[in-house]
Amino acid sequence: MVKADNNHPHGGTLRVDRLPHIWCQGCGLGIILHCYAEALEETGIDLDRVVTISGIGCAGRASGYVNTDGFHTTHGRALPFATGVGIAKPDLKSVVISGDGDLFSIGGNHLIHAARRNVDILVVCSNNFNYGMTGAQFGPTTPSGTRTPTSPYGNIENPFNLVALVAAAGATYVSRWTVYHTKMLKNSMKRGLEKRGFSFIEVISPCTTGYGRLNRMSPVDMMRALRDFGKIKKVPPTEATIDPTREIVLGEFVDVEKPTYNDVFSSLYGKTGAL
Amino acid sequence: MSDILTGTYFVHGDWACAEGAIAAGCRFYAAYPITPATEIAERLASRLPEVGGRFIQFEDELGAIASVLGASYAGLKAMTATSGPGMSLMLENIGLAVMTEAPCVIVNVMRGGPSTGQPTAGAQGDVMQCRWGTHGDVEIIALAPESVQEMFDLTIEAFNLSEEYRVPVFLLPDANIGHLYERVNIPEKGKIRIVNRKKPSVEPDQYKPFEADGSLVPPMACFGEGYRFYVTGLTHDEHGYPDMSIEGQDRLVRRLCDKIRRNAGRIQRVEEHMVEDCDLLVVAYGITARSALSAVRQARAEGIKAGLLRLITLWPFPDKKLEELAGRVKIVLVAEMNYGQLVREVERAVRPTRVTFLPKIGDEPPRPDEILTEMRRALHG
Repeated sequence: MVKADNNHPHGGTLRVDRLPHIWCQGCGLGIILHCYAEALEETGIDLDRVVTISGIGCAGRASGYVNTDGFHTTHGRALPFATGVGIAKPDLKSVVISGDGDLFSIGGNHLIHAARRNVDILVVCSNNFNYGMTGAQFGPTTPSGTRTPTSPYGNIENPFNLVALVAAAGATYVSRWTVYHTKMLKNSMKRGLEKRGFSFIEVISPCTTGYGRLNRMSPVDMMRALRDFGKIKKVPPTEATIDPTREIVLGEFVDVEKPTYNDVFSSLYGKTGAL
Repeated sequence: MSDILTGTYFVHGDWACAEGAIAAGCRFYAAYPITPATEIAERLASRLPEVGGRFIQFEDELGAIASVLGASYAGLKAMTATSGPGMSLMLENIGLAVMTEAPCVIVNVMRGGPSTGQPTAGAQGDVMQCRWGTHGDVEIIALAPESVQEMFDLTIEAFNLSEEYRVPVFLLPDANIGHLYERVNIPEKGKIRIVNRKKPSVEPDQYKPFEADGSLVPPMACFGEGYRFYVTGLTHDEHGYPDMSIEGQDRLVRRLCDKIRRNAGRIQRVEEHMVEDCDLLVVAYGITARSALSAVRQARAEGIKAGLLRLITLWPFPDKKLEELAGRVKIVLVAEMNYGQLVREVERAVRPTRVTFLPKIGDEPPRPDEILTEMRRALHG
């Protein structure tokens, strides 16, 4: 545990000894981290009961800046690791902060199964439309036609709609925001922290150094696009589409109650879940 | 139901392994079904809930081993079991277990490979994969049971070693032992030695999760205990924070390896039969050691001075014991159910003593008469 630093506005919640963070200027991950710190503080959740877990990539470093127990796993395996934590110690709240490549490409299978099981995990997925850490190659969220170092003639693949996929897999809470919509993002995180079950928040976040530079967008252009194209709608998750140059549908798309994995396990075996 | 089913049973090896795990204090098991390890999952699916433990069947072996690490860091003794194809998938997070010093037990009931190979056939073909399969410089511990009784006993030993050294420990039965039925005695609770991980004795704000004393094994806090520590698969300093310096890499890799290397003598276990005056030393492990012992007895009956060294610990490899015996024998015969794996380690350890090798590929272990024939050929040409 690091000692609280009263000179920092989030000195008790973040590992101030690790700041400044490693992320590029204009990157949205700092905003996501800030919203997460505020959400932890405003819910008043006991930080000793939270485990912040991440995979690999730029977003993977987020777990190292939070003053909770934290674990930086291998690529794609944050969710099964968190599942192990959540099942072994049902009174802990696991929060996975990771990127779109980590969670939906190499970790895609784990994601749909974690949602199906409804283990008590909050997932915050930073979607920057590419693999940032390795130099902006295309990934499972990159819009068709986009030029990247590994799609020099334009991306010939189709992107996933993350919220529709996770909703179909059985998540009990699903929302999408951008790093421009900080109040909504923070409130969504608070909802996910307080809700029991599998919650998923997609956060559209600019990769200025990779995606932005290669597609001739400045950091300011990218933030303006989030402001101008982000449209809050009350629609089913299948209609929550993303067109980064016209409209990015935002909002809460699923919020339902279902027994969690641990609830069912305990009721089947007549145990309290206390091990 | 009790966690330790004291008594005598006629059961198969996988059953004994599952009961050994529960007796050792294992309270989390995650796996993906795979022949010939599935029976361990089936036994634990019914037994773990009875003792307040958790069983989970995963979508694949990548996830199963990741969840074992999560459960281990959440404070439970945790295990997974698999076979060749699943073992190949698990290697990724075996490396993470080594790097983050997560105590855990991995059972690989070895079947015929490569690839899908012969799922129901026994083999000893993964002994090098277990040692060298994950990337980077690692030291792990591996134990090879030769009986259903040892499936029980060595599973407990595997947990004890993993807790003491904070390292993944492999149990490597061949499928022949996993599926063998024979008698197992489960002792009374008080007669089973149990080791638990060392816990920190300092206040949370003084705790450095990877600071070790002379034992080189750091005390381990777990999630939810108020220490609020950070762990990464990146090279890290004693605080657990990423360290990309040349010195940091050197320091961490040396400690991770040396905590096992320096204690190799304490970890290693072998069994010696008639080695005091032998001219020919047979080296074998697992099911093969049972054939070899029979062959050694037959050889003695016809006047060949043979002895057997049965390896119980495969890794860290018992070099010193082999060096010591090699100086006294004319020839060393290695028999194993593969096309040449541990024989390479034996050759290295006993040099310049002559080594002859009896490989056996396919489900059947080398028969005693085959080993005896090889002994005669090696001695008399």
